[in-house]
Amino acid sequence: MLKYVGKRIAQSLIVFLVFLTATYFLLQAQPGDISDQFLSNPKLTPEVRAQYAERLGLTGTPLQQYLHYMQNFATGNLGVSFSEYPRPVWDILKERVPRTVALFLFATLLSFLVGFKSGKVLAWRRGKRGENLITVVGVFFQTVFYPWFALIMIRTFSFNFKLFPGGKFLNVEKWLDKPNTFDANSVFERMLLTAALLGLTLLALEIFTRRMHNRVVGRRIVWGGRILLVGFAVVWWMTVWSVMLPYALDIGDHLILPTITLALIGFGGTMLLTRASMLETLREDYILTARAKGLSSKTIRDHHAARNALLPVTTSLVISLAFLIGGGVITETVFSWPGMGQTLLSAALQEDIPLIIGSFTFIAILALVAHIVVDIAYMYLDPRIRVGD
Amino acid sequence: MSLPDLREGAVAAPEEALWRIRLRLAWRGFRKGWSSFVSNRIGIVGLSIIVLYGLMALAHPILMHTVWDPRIYDPVIGYDAPVTQKLIVPDNEVTDPTTQIDLFSARLQNPLLKVGDTLDVSEQPARPSREHLLGTDPLGRDVLSQLMYSTRAAFILGIVAALVTVGIGTTVGSVSAFFGGIVDTMFMRLADLIILVPFLPILIVLSALFHFELLHLAILIGVLSGFGGTAIILKSQALSVSVKPFIDAARVAGGGRMHLIFRHVIPNVLPLSFLYMMFSVTDAISSEATLSFLGLLNINMSWGIMIYTANSQGYLLSSASYWWLLLPAGMSVTLLAGSFYLVGRAMDEIVNPRLRRR
Repeated sequence: MLKYVGKRIAQSLIVFLVFLTATYFLLQAQPGDISDQFLSNPKLTPEVRAQYAERLGLTGTPLQQYLHYMQNFATGNLGVSFSEYPRPVWDILKERVPRTVALFLFATLLSFLVGFKSGKVLAWRRGKRGENLITVVGVFFQTVFYPWFALIMIRTFSFNFKLFPGGKFLNVEKWLDKPNTFDANSVFERMLLTAALLGLTLLALEIFTRRMHNRVVGRRIVWGGRILLVGFAVVWWMTVWSVMLPYALDIGDHLILPTITLALIGFGGTMLLTRASMLETLREDYILTARAKGLSSKTIRDHHAARNALLPVTTSLVISLAFLIGGGVITETVFSWPGMGQTLLSAALQEDIPLIIGSFTFIAILALVAHIVVDIAYMYLDPRIRVGD
Repeated sequence: MSLPDLREGAVAAPEEALWRIRLRLAWRGFRKGWSSFVSNRIGIVGLSIIVLYGLMALAHPILMHTVWDPRIYDPVIGYDAPVTQKLIVPDNEVTDPTTQIDLFSARLQNPLLKVGDTLDVSEQPARPSREHLLGTDPLGRDVLSQLMYSTRAAFILGIVAALVTVGIGTTVGSVSAFFGGIVDTMFMRLADLIILVPFLPILIVLSALFHFELLHLAILIGVLSGFGGTAIILKSQALSVSVKPFIDAARVAGGGRMHLIFRHVIPNVLPLSFLYMMFSVTDAISSEATLSFLGLLNINMSWGIMIYTANSQGYLLSSASYWWLLLPAGMSVTLLAGSFYLVGRAMDEIVNPRLRRR
């Protein structure tokens, strides 16, 4: 299993190198360079422009420049942003990557869980009324013109019902009297840390209890663990980080609506696919056997059918990941959520090329990591791969 | 040259011409597929929406030449200043800006007016009226005309993108399934690379570097999805075709590689590629609308541009009172993209025997 994971990561690294090379040469293929921007300035003589080119590493053969670029990339030197001059690109990315990761991660998990559960139930009640309606609703969420849909969500939930703020990362008025010991990013990083630790321990607990023979005890352990861990996190925030708590709640408040909107987009596809794959599984002979054994229909649905229906859904998750990352760009733009997508777009509109390349590369890295995680999850779910090695 | 004689001796020569038999077979296959398509209500709904939009696209040039004055109804450079009657209400009590005007603004035009009077105002965007069934946009252009004009662009975009996707995807899939080896590896790694990076960011980056027009975008979307996901799916289909006995039979009969690929493998992959054509249309239409909405495309009118105009003029969140600025365009993108998707799903059940209802 470890061998497989190692091989997968090595492959991804190669793919990433190819990607970076392609991006670099796409940029290199553009006519002219940055020193040409001063062509019309009479104060800058050709000598000065040559100096500029030299200082910015624009002299030498393309191969030399390429190697130089790769070397800089490896050391985290992504250049200086034009639009936020003189801020280094890396500095901007460092601030914004966690925000995108959080949005993407929560939305993916939410859409996958809700889509899978509802698809499962829908397949089970096949032939009842409203079947076509469900397909239409699923297709609607999948093909709706997304910016428009996000606007409708803002209009409904933040303007009409006033449930959530209508965008932005935080409410500035609440942050005016913030103590000087921390800033928004450190609060947000702590929130992410809490969520990540909580998620990982809960996952570990789940995997651990799956291996136990006694189902009832396992179930009790899982529920006890969930309550204990969440309670611990809450207490920790109330006591140790209590100064930051109101600010964290403010950021959390801003995070809810974009997450739900993005999750709704991904949810339709997962639901339809789960339903189709469940329907196929339900025709298998072992389902008939399970029925003949007299198992309850909930056990058949959740333990015999859904487990096997999960495999094709996980495979297609790779495609829906790309879909969600693309949707994330629009979500961030419409909700003014300052993440990678919004950075990419505003950089593209201002032709801030170092920032474009930087944020584009990091979106690709996000996609790459997500693919690896899905592959590993698939390997865990499919015993043919897990046991085969 | 005894081989042709042998073949003609072995098989009784058909009395009809070969093309007529082929045509009849194709017609029979089409009728069978059609009848199972008709039995699927979702597919029919999708198809009728597509036909409706197709009629709209066709009607636009006809209307422009007959009823509509191009100076008023041109989707890009037309202008009209329809007059609306507005009720004057006290300051800060305007609930519906499309039918009411506050006293202060009214007195700027005529200082003798008082609350309760009506004032004829000529302003943009104007409410739907008999001349402008869907009102006008913030620049005084007819929304219905824009909507119908953009339909044609959406169709052209979708169909070009779909044709390019399917052309590339089918060829690449069949070739890499048939030859295997280094060709296969190369194409499949390329496909992996393309599906790795999400579509929209690529388009955003490229549109920052190049100036995109509609046709460029269509071809780009076609190339990206043709070499990407579609190639992988069609390759797996071509693989299952290329191990069928009739391929071996054709090879034994002396068919060359190109003959095998183009006469035997590709025709059997085509039904599935036709299905992916539908999904590709969906992708193309929604990507174009999104990119236009973000202001990244160099085109003069489309559904995305209509929303972009409403957005850039600040009518985005007043969509309840100015519904005609956002709703028709947003709904059209959703409906047309969705209906191609629905038709694709209905065809999936015909083409994919595993999904067919028993």
